[in-house]
Amino acid sequence: MTISVRHANKRYGDFAALDDVSIDIASGSLTALLGPSGSGKSTLLRSIAGLDQPDSGTISIEGRDVTSLPPQKRGIGFVFQHYAAFKHLTVRDNVGFGLQIRKRPKDEIKRKVDDLLEVVGLAGFQTRYPAQLSGGQRQRMALARALAVDPEVLLLDEPFGALDAKVREDLRSWLRRLHNEVHVTTVLVTHDQEEALDVADKIAVLNKGRIEQYGTPGELYDDPANEFVLSFLGTVARFNGKLVRPHDLRLERIQRPDSYAANVIRVVFLGFEVRVELQLPDSPDVFHAEITRGDAAALELNEGDTIYVRALRIPKVELAAV
Amino acid sequence: MNVSTGVRLTLRTVALGYLFVLLIVPIAVILFRTFEHGLGQFWEWITTPAAISALQLSLLIVAIVVPLNVIFGVVTALALVRGRFRGRGVIEAIVDLPFAVSPVVVGVALILLWGVGGWFGGVESLGFRVIFGLPGMVLATLFVTLPFIVREVEPVLHEIGEQQEEAASTLGANGWQTFWRITLPAIRWGLSYGIVLTVARSLGEFGAVIMVSSGFPGISQTLTLLVHSRYIDDYNEFGAYAAATLLMIVALVVLLLMTLLQRTRKSS
Repeated sequence: MTISVRHANKRYGDFAALDDVSIDIASGSLTALLGPSGSGKSTLLRSIAGLDQPDSGTISIEGRDVTSLPPQKRGIGFVFQHYAAFKHLTVRDNVGFGLQIRKRPKDEIKRKVDDLLEVVGLAGFQTRYPAQLSGGQRQRMALARALAVDPEVLLLDEPFGALDAKVREDLRSWLRRLHNEVHVTTVLVTHDQEEALDVADKIAVLNKGRIEQYGTPGELYDDPANEFVLSFLGTVARFNGKLVRPHDLRLERIQRPDSYAANVIRVVFLGFEVRVELQLPDSPDVFHAEITRGDAAALELNEGDTIYVRALRIPKVELAAV
Repeated sequence: MNVSTGVRLTLRTVALGYLFVLLIVPIAVILFRTFEHGLGQFWEWITTPAAISALQLSLLIVAIVVPLNVIFGVVTALALVRGRFRGRGVIEAIVDLPFAVSPVVVGVALILLWGVGGWFGGVESLGFRVIFGLPGMVLATLFVTLPFIVREVEPVLHEIGEQQEEAASTLGANGWQTFWRITLPAIRWGLSYGIVLTVARSLGEFGAVIMVSSGFPGISQTLTLLVHSRYIDDYNEFGAYAAATLLMIVALVVLLLMTLLQRTRKSS
């Protein structure tokens, strides 16, 4: 285990940011801490970094108890949501900052900075200032800066949160590729479930300062531990009193023993996917199914039609009282 | 706001007239009277031993006050912005006190404290003269200029936030390295502006300084005290005008510096 957190607690007045959190993060993995705002995911990350101090509990990195060590002695690299670029320094001096602090020889710093800028796709930007870079470029510079000191773990706090959707997607797959090359243990905080599913090997879902579930994206998606995880990770539909994934609903023209008749309220084309809004005759609730474009065409769906719906798969979770 | 042309022109005229009468006219009159007897006479008045000593004393006070206030101002601003301690609000209010208290009151308070029979008056029997000596004038000037750097640096610290400092610490920099390499460069314009204001006020301070200075020409007169004594005690009108103009020239150099700094700030 690279990172091991044991019984971490952190309170801000009445608010519990961390409520007895324990987690082990394997070396070389890319782990996402996923949760809504106020769930404690950033506090957990900042506690690992030493930027926040938990009220109780222990944290160790590579077997070393770092609970009482300051950030500069933890062997970490940290990337902030708003880049935290050193505005008065050039790209070269930003990336080389940690090496200058470590008093490495000038030519070694130059070589390493040039190499890293090559890796993050900023070769030739050495003499620019952060103000002359786009948001995505600044964040890549911040990543290079964090990697320059050869950290044992790389911690990213909503790294793409301040960027446009398109740039965010590009950087996401870029980070995934980078991780495959560099293999540094990486922990990423995000509130975006798609981002977590896309990049992470393992996901910890946090809610109200607790870890609700910790596992691979597949495990979390297919076997959610509870309703919170089910509804936070992916979309859900409430069909006949049960929570199901909208793409696990099958629409058919013929009735089967386990299917229910429903009215088609609306048909929405979302590119490859078609979202069908439905209503059971004796219920006021509208739910939706996601089907492929081909299926939709074959069914010749029209608003006002009656169609038979059945769930192919119903996740086994305890439902909270409605 | 939507106002008619007539109203707008009237407002402008009034504002400009106000500036003209209050600022331009007095300065123009002094300049005119200073050079009425020619440049040679002006030069003579500002190169008397008393005038040279006064200029030196004023600059000496500036040279002592500015570094002290830079250290105190930056530390206080950091504590107020970054610190989380009880009584922050009280300190915030205390920092502004010199803006509220009349300089004469500051002078009186210093005499009460440091003069013969004062709480700290004992230092005088040890041979360290505060009141009617240079330390008294420095203390008075320190008091009146105390808020400038704090108040200029504070908003900049708020604006830059803590993340750059946190980033530096995750990259291995200790507190001292973070301050020199990250915090100080980030606040340098606010700090420079605070220094300029401190210099200007130190040069111009009169009320607090006159209370604690013995006022001997050539020994314990600053430029402002020289202007005052030439005019009131020596009935030396033109000498006073010349000293006032010298004071203005020094202040003008400072102002010019300030404008240049702001220009660089905008362009960077």
